[in-house]
Amino acid sequence: MKEVSVLVGGKAGDGINNAGAMVAQLFNHLGYFVYIYTDYPSLIRGGHNFALVRAADEPIGAYNDRIDYLVALNQETLDLHLPHCPDCTVIANADLVKSIKSGQTVSINTILKAESAPPITGNSVMIGAFAKAAGIPWEIVGDVFRRHMPKAADENIRVARRAYDEGLTTRPIPAISGPPHTLLSGNEAIGLGLVAGGLSAYISYPMTPSSTLLHFLAGNAERFGLKVIHPENEIAVILMALGSATAGARTAVGTSGGGFCLMTEGLSFAGMAEIPIVIVVSQRTGPSTGLPTYTGQAELRFVLYAGQGEFPRLVVAPADAGEAYTWSAAAMHLAWKYQIPAFVLADKTLSEGTYSVDYDRLTGLPVVDPVLWDGQALYRRYRDTPAGISPLTFPGRKDAVVKVNSYAHDEDGITTEDAGLVTLMTEKRRKKEAQLKEEMTRYPCVSVRGTADATTALLCWGSVRNACDEVAARLGLRVIQPVVLSPFPDQQFSAACRGVQHLIAVEENTTGQLAALAREHGVSTEATILKYDGRPFTPDELRQRVQEVITP
Amino acid sequence: MTRNLITPAQNTWCPGCGNFALQHTLKEILAGMENEGRSLDDVVLVTGIGCHAKIADYLNINSVYTLHGRTIPVATGIKLANPQLTVICCAGDGDAYAEGLDHLIFAAKRNIDITMIVHNNRVYGLTTGQYTPTSPLGFKGKSTPTGTTEYPFNPLELMLAAGATYIARGYTRKMPQLAQLIRQGIAHKGFAFIDVLQICASFFNMIEYYQSRVYDLTGHDTADFERACAKVMEWDYNRDAPIALGVFYERALPTFDDRYPIRVVSPEERTRRIRDLFEASR
Repeated sequence: MKEVSVLVGGKAGDGINNAGAMVAQLFNHLGYFVYIYTDYPSLIRGGHNFALVRAADEPIGAYNDRIDYLVALNQETLDLHLPHCPDCTVIANADLVKSIKSGQTVSINTILKAESAPPITGNSVMIGAFAKAAGIPWEIVGDVFRRHMPKAADENIRVARRAYDEGLTTRPIPAISGPPHTLLSGNEAIGLGLVAGGLSAYISYPMTPSSTLLHFLAGNAERFGLKVIHPENEIAVILMALGSATAGARTAVGTSGGGFCLMTEGLSFAGMAEIPIVIVVSQRTGPSTGLPTYTGQAELRFVLYAGQGEFPRLVVAPADAGEAYTWSAAAMHLAWKYQIPAFVLADKTLSEGTYSVDYDRLTGLPVVDPVLWDGQALYRRYRDTPAGISPLTFPGRKDAVVKVNSYAHDEDGITTEDAGLVTLMTEKRRKKEAQLKEEMTRYPCVSVRGTADATTALLCWGSVRNACDEVAARLGLRVIQPVVLSPFPDQQFSAACRGVQHLIAVEENTTGQLAALAREHGVSTEATILKYDGRPFTPDELRQRVQEVITP
Repeated sequence: MTRNLITPAQNTWCPGCGNFALQHTLKEILAGMENEGRSLDDVVLVTGIGCHAKIADYLNINSVYTLHGRTIPVATGIKLANPQLTVICCAGDGDAYAEGLDHLIFAAKRNIDITMIVHNNRVYGLTTGQYTPTSPLGFKGKSTPTGTTEYPFNPLELMLAAGATYIARGYTRKMPQLAQLIRQGIAHKGFAFIDVLQICASFFNMIEYYQSRVYDLTGHDTADFERACAKVMEWDYNRDAPIALGVFYERALPTFDDRYPIRVVSPEERTRRIRDLFEASR
């Protein structure tokens, strides 16, 4: 695999994310697949921020330990990162760094002054200097600025051009063939997937790392005909969403673990009252407030079992932006067919990472329709049927009395404490779960990648799969990734594990939550490789740890 | 279709419970709406959890029997999804003023076009007699056997401060007036708040207390905020004072649901726009 990595660093408020996105687009237009990881503390200003842009000639979804270019907007970036990449090519802002041993400096202030450009264009100076050092043809640089920085493109292009002209090409990056891809963050992909699934309202209280989904949908509300609401707290969020769904609007909510804690009574209500809802939970490092802007995978068990009582739920955990798009749409359709809560379980790495996506090559998933009342017989909201799915209609429908209830209820939605009725209605909800499990056999619930017949396999879920893919490619291993975690895809999982002699779980938590789930379903892991420092596995690090496990 | 407005569900309120009066009042209002040619298919009743909430089982109209304290967010979601619906919340004082106080304040702040009827019996009935946020100081309940050590809220004062655009108080033993206050609340475009002094025959029977203190607000200018402030503070739900019944304040303001107009984008158009966005990020 041909690959190159660029780290752009500065202080919070410097626009590091945007600079990283522009560098990524340069690679994209050189024909590379890219992945961007952003690392920032939970601060608005000050503090060290960096964006890591990795480009490769194959699809990737992880950053690695090696850095080839270090674009430093300040001295701190050099101090923190240069010791880890002594051979990298440095492009530094001369105004804020002391002398450098090798590499190039460019003075943002001098160039902005010469071009009479505002301070906000400072990052474009650095991008121009980087592009020249990397030998990226100016046509590509200009084109990327015009496409992706349309506001004040001319000003930015002027300062970038001056930096470009003044710099030297020291470490050229070859263009490779291939069209540019769509660059999407995980949260953007989830948002677009929900829209594709018919989203009508999105309700959310800001919480990292889900907030950019709220921002994305709020910013595109008019484009897609959405209502995007930010209420007083997560309790209101989910209850408002359940009201919205009760009135017939496809609705989703988004949060992180802490916000989801507040949603659990609403979740259980959705389970009992059979209200369709999509819940996006993007994990960060816990417990409690934890590390707000770092990643983790410690909420699988929480999402699987949250809420009092027992009720069916769908849980999907996509690994990259492509899967996030297709499975978010599927989650919405399935939530409405089965009138259940459906989870899209993400994490900071996926939500805020940016991936190369090809719309035309996304895996198409089945589109299922809700079962709607035909208007014939007397409407009973919870009519028992062979599949347990009661035909839906909504308040406002002529001649239907729609009674939705959080108490145990009869088929009409009237509260009951009758033992027989309670049993009947509980079993009605259970039937939906069996039916859903059957339905899911038509979906690719377990992804098998790498060397399909290898006897050593890495078992993983969510964003960790991307690092596993790379390690598996290097070491000739199989990768088994259940995308659907509830209802657990027993058959597909067993099939995926067939012939595996050494199963190694790779997870970003302390207990191996997927490994435990697999054990419950009859598949034991031989070893677990765990990480819980808030940073995602890098392929280099993971390869080393896998090797420690597989070489006795 | 003229429907039977009462379901076959067995009524389990205690004899003498003020909820009967509220249910009867709502039933009469609904019947009146139907007589005026309005379809009850467009009415949704949203209840919390508590004695009051059984009304969801008893009234034969669309209903959402939600969770304790959560009528308002559910009702808000319904109204946003379908602004054509008339959404009426029935909540208890534990619901509205304890578990769900944040939602109540935000509903007033947003001016969402729903009607909030608080069955305020000033005691928890379903959990058999504990104090609520409107129980008087020193109230001896099962969780406070030696008497509460905190003053009650004045919910009307709270609602005025939070920006409610219709604030009224009724009493279950003055049913014609109660019906008028609720009807006016439903007709009010915006957040209509009606605190209803309701008798709990089993755990806090205040009939004699209320009978000797209630009076009707007459000649009160409901558009005058300052006057409304003075009037709502006349009785603070604690010390003895005359208890005014009627509309304290009413004002027309844009509603929350009006600010979220439905923008219909066809599925085909959506797909095209999704593709455009993929293209723009290339």
